[in-house]
Amino acid sequence: MDYLLSVLLGAAVLLPLCSFFLILLFGPRMGKSGEFAAYLAAGAIVCAGLLSFTSLAFWLGHHWPADSSHHVAHADGDKHGHDSHAAAKHDEHGAAAHAAEVPINYTGNYWVLGKFGKLNVTISYYIDALTLIMFCMVTLIASCIHFYAIGYMHDELHDITDHEVTLRDGSHLHRPGRFPRFFQYLSLFCFSMLGLVLAGNIAMVFVFWELVGACSYFLIGFYVERKSASTAANKAFIVNRVGDFGMIIGLMALWSCLGTFAFGDIDDVPGIFSQVRPASNHHALLVPDGMVQAGARDHTARIIREHVASDAGLDAGKSELSSQTQQFREEGFGYWLLVVAGIGIFCGCVGKSAQFPLHVWLPDAMEGPTPVSALVHSATMVAAGVYLVGRFFPVFAPETLLVIATTGCITLFIAATIAITANDIKRVLAYSTVSQLGYMMLSLGVGGWVAGLMHLITHAFFKSLLFMCSGSVIHAVHTNDMRKMGGLLSKMPVTAITMLIGCLAIAGVGVPFVIGFSGYYSKDAILEQAFSLSLNNSSAYASIFFLAAAGGAAITSFYMFRMWHMTFMGKPRDQHAYDHAHESPPVMYMPLVLLSVFAISVAWDFTLIGYGIVPVAFLLVQGAKRGWFKQSSGGHGDHGHDAHGHDSHDDHGHDKHDSHALTVHHDDHGAACCEPMCMKTIIAMLVASLVVGAALSFVLPTCNLSLRNLLEQARPAGTAADMTGSWVKWTWPNEHTAHLAENHSRIVVPMTLLATLTWIGGISLASCMYWLGYLNPEDVRRQFAWVYRLLINKWWFDELYDWVFVRPTHVIARVVSGFDRNWLDWIIDNVANVTRIFAVLWERIADQTIVDGFVNLLAGWTYSLGLMLREVQTGKLRQYVMFIVIGAIAIFVLVSFFWNPTLAK
Amino acid sequence: MNLITEPISVSHYLAVGALLFVTGVVCMATKRNAIGVLMGVELVLNGANLNFVAFGSELLRATNLGLDGQLMAMFVIVLAAAEAAVALAIALNFYNNHSTIDVDRADDLRG
Repeated sequence: MDYLLSVLLGAAVLLPLCSFFLILLFGPRMGKSGEFAAYLAAGAIVCAGLLSFTSLAFWLGHHWPADSSHHVAHADGDKHGHDSHAAAKHDEHGAAAHAAEVPINYTGNYWVLGKFGKLNVTISYYIDALTLIMFCMVTLIASCIHFYAIGYMHDELHDITDHEVTLRDGSHLHRPGRFPRFFQYLSLFCFSMLGLVLAGNIAMVFVFWELVGACSYFLIGFYVERKSASTAANKAFIVNRVGDFGMIIGLMALWSCLGTFAFGDIDDVPGIFSQVRPASNHHALLVPDGMVQAGARDHTARIIREHVASDAGLDAGKSELSSQTQQFREEGFGYWLLVVAGIGIFCGCVGKSAQFPLHVWLPDAMEGPTPVSALVHSATMVAAGVYLVGRFFPVFAPETLLVIATTGCITLFIAATIAITANDIKRVLAYSTVSQLGYMMLSLGVGGWVAGLMHLITHAFFKSLLFMCSGSVIHAVHTNDMRKMGGLLSKMPVTAITMLIGCLAIAGVGVPFVIGFSGYYSKDAILEQAFSLSLNNSSAYASIFFLAAAGGAAITSFYMFRMWHMTFMGKPRDQHAYDHAHESPPVMYMPLVLLSVFAISVAWDFTLIGYGIVPVAFLLVQGAKRGWFKQSSGGHGDHGHDAHGHDSHDDHGHDKHDSHALTVHHDDHGAACCEPMCMKTIIAMLVASLVVGAALSFVLPTCNLSLRNLLEQARPAGTAADMTGSWVKWTWPNEHTAHLAENHSRIVVPMTLLATLTWIGGISLASCMYWLGYLNPEDVRRQFAWVYRLLINKWWFDELYDWVFVRPTHVIARVVSGFDRNWLDWIIDNVANVTRIFAVLWERIADQTIVDGFVNLLAGWTYSLGLMLREVQTGKLRQYVMFIVIGAIAIFVLVSFFWNPTLAK
Repeated sequence: MNLITEPISVSHYLAVGALLFVTGVVCMATKRNAIGVLMGVELVLNGANLNFVAFGSELLRATNLGLDGQLMAMFVIVLAAAEAAVALAIALNFYNNHSTIDVDRADDLRG
């Protein structure tokens, strides 16, 4: 099981990497202008998705989730807890029962890169239910977005004239298309994101973290010739560096004190989690020995010094030290290190997840192509910060959690208010993303681990859906400005309906206590946990979290529906854009339909989906028989409902043939009048199936397979117990407190009703203002002029940073460059001049006199020697003969007189 | 040692060889006629040949050295023939250019 999962998921990580390298090397040669690159990238991510879902299936085969939703009584809740890992029974609510539980996880090394003393640098994996959920979520959304991008990026297949770039001569930039490059970066991004999720140690996390950031940089700056895009890419990168600086500090604090990178225990070497929450302490937070000794370093040094000086030696000193460690711990040494480590890691998450001080990059990141916004800047990468907070959750001390909750709370409120006034459709969604990320952080900060991560997953689905819908709209009307849209509902019904589903999901719409869109479950859980915290701690500060969450929820539903109404309802504001608007091609809207299904149902119990399929199938058969879809029955038979056992695929089929009706009978007036009928039928069927499904799920047994129960499997050890801070005297109630039977009427009921009120209030206000026209937005704007100014200027954050960071930097840069130009340059110029003069003089003295003189002298000698020898060559033959004779005689004489046999030896 | 009273030995050959050599050298040094000089060269070569033959003969030692000396002499004769051919061609050309074969006039290459 261990081996199987690691191999499957490892392959899922590597597939996009292979696709990246193939496109990098052969991209432009793949088919006509790189067309095939898209299919390669999409194929890779789809295969990765299949592997992920296979792994999930294997996981479920071994570890069926136990029931954790306590407000519905289940007699048979425990029958699935067969595995020895899932030892704890969930019918006990006692903290001890929960606290003794370690989440099922598989961890190990793929490859040991090196060993440095105690430290192992490895490529390792850490697989638990959270990893699997993230894998499935990322690959599913990424697959949808790859297919969507094939349609959306179609223009890049040909040469492009970029109307947003004006060259110096007044013409527009004309450049070749970059279709393969886009998919190359998407593949690299998928690889990094999956690697980040699979990573089993903090070194790997950091590497993939930076890779994800780099991909984001490449993709934001995809239209690199546009100044706004390249600036936004730089902004994102630089702002993230600020956060990563803190992250490095946190990681170093952890590593230097714990001596390991690994999360889990590998080969009996305790990992970070088991050092911070040892089993001997019932998995409650304990400052590790390393941190205590580092915190009390004066005492540590004293003890070691004493023992080294004496004869007992170092070992005795170490044992003395470890015997005193407990005492130091009780005195509070080293606690601050734990807090710093937690806040440091959170800093990285602040950057990546665009939290309050560093949130400014995310809205600007919308300069990238819309599929990128959907994948990277709403669904997955920005959620990576939340994921990491969730992953490191066991390490966070209550003080760190307070910081996280405060940051999330501020972010959620600020971003939600800014989104009210934004007019760019993508910016509304961007600020909504920031706000929802704030929700998740808030939730984690108030102790709602499952709630926060559940919101991460549900948000990923509905936000990618919303972004892709907005992309579809932009594709149709060629503008981002909502003030130029309006009335598009009849033009692009599939986009409108799917976007409405997204809006309903993000607003958390649902029938209280019965059923709702995915956002209903996650948002309620967050509210409950925040309320539970404020009930436990009577300070006003604690209740701010809850109030901000509730207010934020109302604002969220207001601005989402403001956006939807401005885009799809009312009269067209720009007739030209309206006339040219058209529904997107199927390759673009099919992913929308698929995602909208998930946006509705991802948080449901699997059984509910199973029961829901019964009435849908029934109504479908009846409808076909009685001719409810008569006008549009043209392609009905083709849309078989595949056997996935999922009611999603039913309405999938419907939307498809709905749009079919539009395209086939484009000029047919009959189609226009049947459309609302058809739509009403579909909606009625959906509602009916939901009601019946929900009713059935109350009566019949459920199978416990839901997002919440899966996440509950991965709940970090010891976080199911209450936590009390050492510096902040608050108690963080555990997440199950809200669901205790005695708290049902105290927490769950008021919160569910409150959440219902917030979405009703938000949606009805938005409808009054932007659809029905009871309130004129213009009047409201005038009434609250200063608030409007504050919001439309985004709380002046960009200006503030401009004044606080950018301008001082510019001033300093100017001063330094002035110093450089006026002083350093002067010095360097003069040094250069002196050197030049010296060189001229030296050349005269040394070169011309000494060196040249020597060479000339030598040449002169040679010349005169030649002249001398010339005299010998008289040209007189007989004289030469005489020379020969004389020479021969001379040799003879010499040999006769001086040669003796000893010389020959 | 009186050569006249001695039986024939290597020394006699050497004496004749030396006489021939000196004669040749004197001829080379004194003649202004190029042909004369060539004749001197031939005499010098033949003096040397005589030495080769003498040292290669059984007169020098009982166990002779085979035909080495004689072979050397043969080489020298062949070389002399070649040299004479070349030298006579030079002399002819020289005469064509200068209308004389006086070697003292052949000082075009003097330094």
